[in-house]
Amino acid sequence: MAQAAVSAGDRSPALPAPPPQVGRGATPLSLLKLAVQRREATVIIVTVGSVIYFSLRASSFYSVANIIVMVQYIAPIMVIGAGEVLMLVLAEIDLSAGQVYLTSPWFTYWFWSGGVPLGLAIAIALVLSALIGLINGLFTVRLRVPSLIVTLGTLYAFFGLVLVKSNYTQEQMPGTTGDFGKIFGIGSWSTILWGLLLTAGIWVLLKRSRFGLHTTASGGNLLAAAEAGIPVWRVKVWCFVIIAFVSGYMGILDSIRIGSMNPGNSGLDIVLTPIVAAVIGGTALTGGRATVLGTVIGAIFLGILEDGLNIIGVQASWFYFFEGVIILVAMAANVQLSQLAAKLRR
Amino acid sequence: MRAENISKRFGAVVALRGVDLHLNRGEVLGLVGDNGAGKSTLVKILCGFLRPDSGRILVENQEVHFHSVKDARAYGIETVYQDLALIPQLTVYENLFLNREVTFLGRLALLSRRRMRALARQYLEDIKVNVPDLESEVEMLSGGQRQAIAVARATRQNAKILLLDEPLAAMGAKESALIMELVRDLSARGVSMIVIDHNYAHLFALCDRLNVIQQGKVTVNTRVADTSIEELTELMVSAFRRQLQAGQEALGEISA
Repeated sequence: MAQAAVSAGDRSPALPAPPPQVGRGATPLSLLKLAVQRREATVIIVTVGSVIYFSLRASSFYSVANIIVMVQYIAPIMVIGAGEVLMLVLAEIDLSAGQVYLTSPWFTYWFWSGGVPLGLAIAIALVLSALIGLINGLFTVRLRVPSLIVTLGTLYAFFGLVLVKSNYTQEQMPGTTGDFGKIFGIGSWSTILWGLLLTAGIWVLLKRSRFGLHTTASGGNLLAAAEAGIPVWRVKVWCFVIIAFVSGYMGILDSIRIGSMNPGNSGLDIVLTPIVAAVIGGTALTGGRATVLGTVIGAIFLGILEDGLNIIGVQASWFYFFEGVIILVAMAANVQLSQLAAKLRR
Repeated sequence: MRAENISKRFGAVVALRGVDLHLNRGEVLGLVGDNGAGKSTLVKILCGFLRPDSGRILVENQEVHFHSVKDARAYGIETVYQDLALIPQLTVYENLFLNREVTFLGRLALLSRRRMRALARQYLEDIKVNVPDLESEVEMLSGGQRQAIAVARATRQNAKILLLDEPLAAMGAKESALIMELVRDLSARGVSMIVIDHNYAHLFALCDRLNVIQQGKVTVNTRVADTSIEELTELMVSAFRRQLQAGQEALGEISA
């Protein structure tokens, strides 16, 4: 099943077909070839395996209620992860995205409680989220501060701002009633549908648009992209703005879904899982190569793992242990596979 | 095209100190000079990638100000950079169309990959460049194939002035013959060219005129017909000897 899905998506393999191997184990070999050629292959295989495992262990795994829980967990990881793909393809990273996700509902709340109509308050919050991205981008590009450090700075700045401005107290998120609430977060499938829409948007942007090609080019070889006349700095800044915007958007949806906001939540806890999703999905940290599809599958896998461990009655915190083990295994596999791929090309 | 009194410095390093250079229509001009003499910097200024500290550039007797590579392209100036300016992770056709993509849906600028592939195949066939697969990543190609793609990219859009920074570097005999033929073909079609190369045999075979650049200035301007490889070699070697001698004297003073 995994194999069929992969070869259907495999448009035209870049490698010339090796001569047929007679008398050798055909299945492991073709699986290996697949894993080398398609960067998403590893995570697809592991995901399918985990679905089979958990569905055998717990009959409630396939229940609608459980699937809703799962997709609500997956939605923000998928979207922020797709945003991180834009960063990683540029050989940058945004650690503040999780904090933007947490801060934008507070922006909304502050303006709303100050008398601004809810719709307008949300619009302002989204603009402010995008502005955080702009700050990240300009510091990285203009002042040449590594994005890891810049976004660590904005992460802590806005974490502190929220703590102080909220007076360390939880608040109720407005907009949780009626059709508005249903569309923007409360409806069972609301966040995942918005998530799929935003992720698809990022996929089209990265893989189908001129802007995306310029982004990949800038991450692949910055000087060459500049020599070809691509405005590499502007491309980078826009990517920082886009990830901040989508993170802020998902943050508002999730706060409406949950109904309240806790100022003590840390954006760092939130941003790391999407980065893991992107990385185990097959996106390289070195720039120039990225897969949004792999990130989506990576997010689904993490969602299945988190939920699956829960329903088979494993203590919740084991999730972190397994997440750690999976990072190590997946990354080691990816490094080995790309070395193998490089060898096969020569 | 004409460049007058072009100067450029990078921090404390003076790359160009008042270069004057002209390129007649349909002419092939060769630039000769040691590493670090300023040849590549000059090319990067003429193509709009770098801005000169002083001096002016004229195209067809009109002064022009290039703020980007795009501005220069608008005048039909195309470049093959020394580093080729290819993106290793992108495919052959994506590189060929980089920053000149064929798109649809107007402002959304979605890529028309099918059209780019077809145009790329057609164009590479026209100029007889052989690439195994348009879908292969440039990373997987040989040095010569990469060079051919870089040249093909620069010539695809009816360039009037072509700047070639070491177009034959790191190429086998067969591959450089192919590029030489490509360059001659373009020259016959009336494209003006500036070629940087360290191999005098290549330059004498390709160029109408030669300029020697030494320490950021054009020191010799001669028609190819009026000089010889021996004369040019002697000129460069004697300059090198002078520098060597000056260096030894300076060293002598320090140790004394």
